[in-house]
Amino acid sequence: MPEINVTPLGAGQDVGRSCILVSIGGKNIMLDCGMHMGYNDDRRFPDFSYITQNGRLTDFLDCVIISHFHLDHCGALPYMSEMVGYDGPIYMTHPTKAICPILLEDFRKITVDKKGETNFFTSQMIKDCMKKVVPLNLHQTVQVDDELEIKAYYAGHVLGAAMVHIKVGSESVVYTVSVNKYAKSHISAWIDKCRPDILISESTYATTIRDSKRCRERDFLKKVHETIERGGKVLIPVFALGRAQELCILLETFWERMNLKAPIYFSTGLTEKANHYYKLFITWTNQKIRKTFVQRNMFEFKHIKAFDRSYADNPGPMVVFATPGMLHAGQSLQIFKKWAGNEKNMVIMPGYCVQGTIGHKILNGQRKLEMEGRATVRLLISFALTKRLIHVGKLLACVFCFHTLQLDVKLQVEYMSFSAHADAKGIMQLIRMAEPRNMLLVHGEAVKMEFLKGKIEQEFSIDCYMPANGETATVTTNPSVPVDISLNLLKREMALGGPLPDPKKPRTMHGTLIMKENSLKLVSSEQALKELGLNEHQLRFTCRVQLQDPHSDPDTLHRIYTHLKSVLKGYTIQHLPDGTVMVESIVIKVSSSAEDTNAKVLLLSWSYQVKHRHCPCSRLSKLGQKHNRLKT
Amino acid sequence: MAAHLKKRVYEEFSKVVQVTHEEAPAKKLRLSKPSKSAALHVDLCKASSSTDALQYLLTFSRKPVEAESVEGVVRILLEHYYKETDSSVRLKIASLLGLLSKTPGFSPDCIVDDAINTLSSEKSHQVLAQLLDSLLVIGSQLPESPAVRLRLIEVAYKNLSDSSFGVRTKCLQLLGCLGLLEAPLGKDSDGPGPSLAAMRDVQSIISDYFGDQDPRVRTAALKAMLQLHERGMKIHQIIYDQACRLLSDDYEQVRSAAVQMVWVLSQLYPESIVPIPSSNEEIRLVDDAFGKISHMVSDGSWMVRVQAAKTLGSMLQVSPHFLEQTLDKKLMSDLRRKRTAHERAKELFASGEFSSGRKWADDAPKEKLDTNTVNLIASGACGAFVHGLEDEMFEVRNAAVEALCQLARSSPSFAEKCLDFLVDMFNDEIEEVRLQSIHVLRQISTHITLREDQLDTVLAVLEDSSRDIREALHELLCFTNVSTKECIQLALLELLKNLNKYPTDRSSVWKCLKFLGSRHPTLVLPLVPELLSTHPYFDTPEPDMDDPAYIAVLVLVFNAATSCPTMPALFSDHTFRHYAYLRDSLSHLVPPLRLPGRKQVYGLDSVDCGSGSGSVESAQLFLQQSLNRVSTIQNLEAAGAPELLDLTIRDLQRLGELQTELAGAADFCATFLRCQLLLMKALQEKLWNISVPLILKQNITVTAAAQQVLDESYKLEFLYSGLENRQVATIHHVRLQAKALQLILAARTRHGLDSLISSCEKFLQDVESFQRLFLTELPHLQDSFVEKLLELLPRLSSCKPVEQVKILQTTLRQSGLLQLRLPEQIHRATATIIEPTGESDNPLRFTSGLVVALDIDATLEHVQDPQNSVKVQVLYPDGQSHVIHPKPADFRKPGPNRHRLITQVYLSHTAWTEPSQIEVRLLLAYSSSCSSRLGWTDAMDSLHPAEGTVEGTIPFSKHVKVFIMPKPARR
Repeated sequence: MPEINVTPLGAGQDVGRSCILVSIGGKNIMLDCGMHMGYNDDRRFPDFSYITQNGRLTDFLDCVIISHFHLDHCGALPYMSEMVGYDGPIYMTHPTKAICPILLEDFRKITVDKKGETNFFTSQMIKDCMKKVVPLNLHQTVQVDDELEIKAYYAGHVLGAAMVHIKVGSESVVYTVSVNKYAKSHISAWIDKCRPDILISESTYATTIRDSKRCRERDFLKKVHETIERGGKVLIPVFALGRAQELCILLETFWERMNLKAPIYFSTGLTEKANHYYKLFITWTNQKIRKTFVQRNMFEFKHIKAFDRSYADNPGPMVVFATPGMLHAGQSLQIFKKWAGNEKNMVIMPGYCVQGTIGHKILNGQRKLEMEGRATVRLLISFALTKRLIHVGKLLACVFCFHTLQLDVKLQVEYMSFSAHADAKGIMQLIRMAEPRNMLLVHGEAVKMEFLKGKIEQEFSIDCYMPANGETATVTTNPSVPVDISLNLLKREMALGGPLPDPKKPRTMHGTLIMKENSLKLVSSEQALKELGLNEHQLRFTCRVQLQDPHSDPDTLHRIYTHLKSVLKGYTIQHLPDGTVMVESIVIKVSSSAEDTNAKVLLLSWSYQVKHRHCPCSRLSKLGQKHNRLKT
Repeated sequence: MAAHLKKRVYEEFSKVVQVTHEEAPAKKLRLSKPSKSAALHVDLCKASSSTDALQYLLTFSRKPVEAESVEGVVRILLEHYYKETDSSVRLKIASLLGLLSKTPGFSPDCIVDDAINTLSSEKSHQVLAQLLDSLLVIGSQLPESPAVRLRLIEVAYKNLSDSSFGVRTKCLQLLGCLGLLEAPLGKDSDGPGPSLAAMRDVQSIISDYFGDQDPRVRTAALKAMLQLHERGMKIHQIIYDQACRLLSDDYEQVRSAAVQMVWVLSQLYPESIVPIPSSNEEIRLVDDAFGKISHMVSDGSWMVRVQAAKTLGSMLQVSPHFLEQTLDKKLMSDLRRKRTAHERAKELFASGEFSSGRKWADDAPKEKLDTNTVNLIASGACGAFVHGLEDEMFEVRNAAVEALCQLARSSPSFAEKCLDFLVDMFNDEIEEVRLQSIHVLRQISTHITLREDQLDTVLAVLEDSSRDIREALHELLCFTNVSTKECIQLALLELLKNLNKYPTDRSSVWKCLKFLGSRHPTLVLPLVPELLSTHPYFDTPEPDMDDPAYIAVLVLVFNAATSCPTMPALFSDHTFRHYAYLRDSLSHLVPPLRLPGRKQVYGLDSVDCGSGSGSVESAQLFLQQSLNRVSTIQNLEAAGAPELLDLTIRDLQRLGELQTELAGAADFCATFLRCQLLLMKALQEKLWNISVPLILKQNITVTAAAQQVLDESYKLEFLYSGLENRQVATIHHVRLQAKALQLILAARTRHGLDSLISSCEKFLQDVESFQRLFLTELPHLQDSFVEKLLELLPRLSSCKPVEQVKILQTTLRQSGLLQLRLPEQIHRATATIIEPTGESDNPLRFTSGLVVALDIDATLEHVQDPQNSVKVQVLYPDGQSHVIHPKPADFRKPGPNRHRLITQVYLSHTAWTEPSQIEVRLLLAYSSSCSSRLGWTDAMDSLHPAEGTVEGTIPFSKHVKVFIMPKPARR
């Protein structure tokens, strides 16, 4: 039986470093090639030595498909293609192809320039890698080679994220990242009822069912609006891509709707570049955005302007989007420090914050923060001014840690969750839409997967797998083998049978199956012989029946003839002049043995076809025996 | 390639030329008796190839064919059909058969047999499908003939087993449209084979094709079944299971049709019991269907989702238990139950705490969930609306909102439950959805009371920049019940904020507060001191009376005070003064109050109070009496008549002012009587017998009177809605009198005989057309001018103009006063310009030669077809006037018989030295050709082109002055 093997190199019962190997119908495909954010050593990339110890990957992989531009799905791409070595095609959608190198470059800068790592991929490598990319359009079927074809569907999640339908012959696999029908405001997803053999899906939020996005949006907007009306400033720390654009659109439309005038700023750099791509790929977004595109490009923001460092000190209300999202460094932290002292202001954390970051601290209600500072002299003065520290003894104690600054957090801290991952319902919806025969979960925690697995098996009664990294899940398939059938044969069969073929009932027919160079053909036997240049061989079965009969040979034959004629009604029976009787195509001959003239030998002979066509031959032979008995 | 194409084009073109050349003799033939068939025959015979024939047929199909020659044409076509080998030509012929049988006045029963015969020899599936389509047309043209029907059904049965989907689809369509509703009784129709087969149950045959291999055929089968249902056949319940199975079809059109089918069945058999598979429980069919359709709300195709969501709204018999499941949603996070935002809001409200929203993780999940109880894929009705309302396509959301509305209107408890969701929709990203949900909430507002947190969300929308949304919301607030005084305060604050931000909303905000106040007097009471900023010991400064915000507060307070007698005690002195002022200036917003120590005001107001309720009948009676009194006047020369008319007109005008319900009728009567009075005065001039030169001066007044009557008659006809034919006849009669008067005057003043002859002829034409138009009304016009005129008509048309005039004069003077009978409902079209207000002293400055846009906002009442009739007139100080036709999209319809015009007119002028005022008003355009509402056919109109159409405009709004200042352009 043919099998499909799925082996996660990363993301198997784990989050991050998504990399899944699929071998289907003799083809090997790598789905995503991501990195793990949590590690700084070798574990950060998938273990490509699983595929080959040394040597290039090109010989082992037919293609690589990248689902979307998040680094945990594409971060290891230059490493794989340039440092390990892979020259085959890499498929990704147009937006992914555009945005991916920006992120990779950013990632490279941080690791090499800031952390000082060596032996890392270079800018040139990123460029080289991108040259190997073949862009995909939505719903476009791309023929990787003669047998392997892939088709991209739009997934939710982020701009350009795709579900991929991989098909070899009649076997197929669908790979999807976080499809999300409801949670995102600018993205929409849909797939055919393509009934794949395996549906590989992410399951990060396997145990979550989310509330309507409208409530969350409303809360967010209300908070921003109230602060602005109070005259306060709002800081929204964001990561560059995805969430930021979503929030921008949300605020932009709200400003438009409510006719607000306060400025919204967007911190420069990466985000601006990304916005540019969002503008370009406007058609890849959701209904609302596409609808308004008739008037203007939604990403051509009217109220949102680029931020300049000096604006932070401007009086009056404003909203600022600044990177990074966890308030651990950079512009967002600078602005935060400036604004933290005023209780009119507000900071909205739209995402998850890692432990140890300032974002995490303030979310947990810490109102006093110790900050690292550089200008030590100024710090000392500010320390001296702090009431608590006037005490000399304490001042002395503080000298040892003089480069920390106490920051009173007076501004309001809000948390707003806008996650773009599919929740359990989204995944179930997808299964309902695609109707897969098997389900395979990746990119999630084992415990959560366990729950979802149980649910899937219960609701849809299909098998569900959740292999760990390096573990192979094998699914046996029962592929239908397509066979070409000659039209003549089909017409002949049609003529024999009823007027219409019934799709629900199988029907048998006669023909010859020719297997030639990987193709199968069903033709009539005559044509097969002709095609193969073979002579036709007749296969005849003979049978001797002994009977005692005193008459002469011709008489016996005649008696048999008359007897058969009376018994076998509805068959053509002929008495031929050469001393044989033909019943249809069965020949009966009579000969007497040399010793005993009474003992006649009845010779029956019929061809191969006759035997199968429940013709009278069996009855005939029985008859012969009966006859024998009668005569004796 | 291009060259080749070009060549082909020329080739064909040259052929066409040839044909037209040859057609010339055929044209001659047509002169005597137009015969399409002959021409076609010639053409088809000439066609050398099939492409030629196709070309002929194509050109032929563009021309209409007379009913009498259809049959001949069909014969020729069929003759050619059998000869033709090319299937595309046969296809065209087949389609022509259908087209021709639709010809009005042609009964296709004579070609049925021929058409059916063609089927037997046809090999091409496409042609076969087209033939069946034509047969369908023929069949639907002959609804009265059961024999034809039976034959066609027989044909359909025979072809149902065809291998092409197209043929099967058409057959099913045929069965759906023509299938017999009741199986004919076998004994009666003892016909041979065909009727026996036709008697087989249509439904079971169609339902066999629910399982066809082609999705198009499955769809057609479902549609055919629905068609049968529409035609009144009762669909069997057995279909239900099959239809339910089709709900999970692979193809969206099948699913969509299946949803409809299931819905139909659920309406037919709501109470029958169906088993639940895999358990031995049973539920009502309508509940089962509801569950299944709910499931479709999360279908993959948005078309199906829309269909399903819409359908849910009309399943009113569903049990409340199932209904409430549609709003069910369970949230979880890490397998722990999470409260929804709605639940949290509710809890906060219950605990009396304000929403802090400041706590990190206050939405943290609480209790642990049992993994077995979590239902991930919603089964049945679970959460259908939750999905529908959160769908990514706004069409689905809209449909869901609509469905929610329908269900909520029939079930108050459901209305209460869906409130949270509807309020949520106020923040949808698409404006249509927001608007829709506001309207919906307004419709179910009788069932609900808004909580404070909900009101908060609702009020947030007041700042929306879209005027429609804001106005819809004001409308909603007018009908909303709120629970606490804080709500009132909140609403007032937000409305004032809205007023501040969008000053144009003034009237709408005031109106909203009026209702808010009168609905919640007890909630307003404790707020009064604060609202009016009074203080127990200190005098507070008197607020500015012109401040719209202050007026808004007063409107709220005064309306609350009507049903709360203790409230006026809290007012300070200036409040009473302001009351008197507002009661006068904004009487529609400020109700009469019983104020202590204000006897005078009280006395005055009591008249209005009294006129409030029971006096409509008495006013009606009064109106009728006045009319009766007038009808005693025998003829136009009766003594004392003018005084009586004068008096009655005055009475009616006052009545109209007092009784708004009867304003239209009273006004109509008054105008009519004024016309009569004018006519009377004109005729009563003692000077008719004096010689011409002496009465020149009087003539001028009489001419003016005639003209005025004419104008008024147009007003009467077009400004009032609800007129019946009889009133229109009366109005025309008045107009005729005025015309007669004009004619007489013309005869007396002018000396040219030619012009007199032509105007006499014109008048006679008018009389004739009157007779034609109001033939049915003539009996009612006894003893009138027209009746007498018609008696004299033979004499009139034969004699000379001068004599004619004389006759006219006497008839006119002798004719009696026509009685006016009032129709049931009569309304005067009115328009009020809300914006611009005309109060601004700041001129609109713009550079001369360029344009400036002036926003116009007006309400129109009782205007029919405002898109075509309402125009904006701009009058410049130099006498220039522009008439602007607003775009149809500028008209909105906020209520029955009410329209709202929000448009911009562009002004431009050359430079002025100082600002000056222009006048803007609305005109009602009319053309008397639209009096063909009496059902004149085009033919009649074309017969009397001389009648012409009188077009004109009636100003029907007060003019508003706008200060503008075109500045000279700077060089």
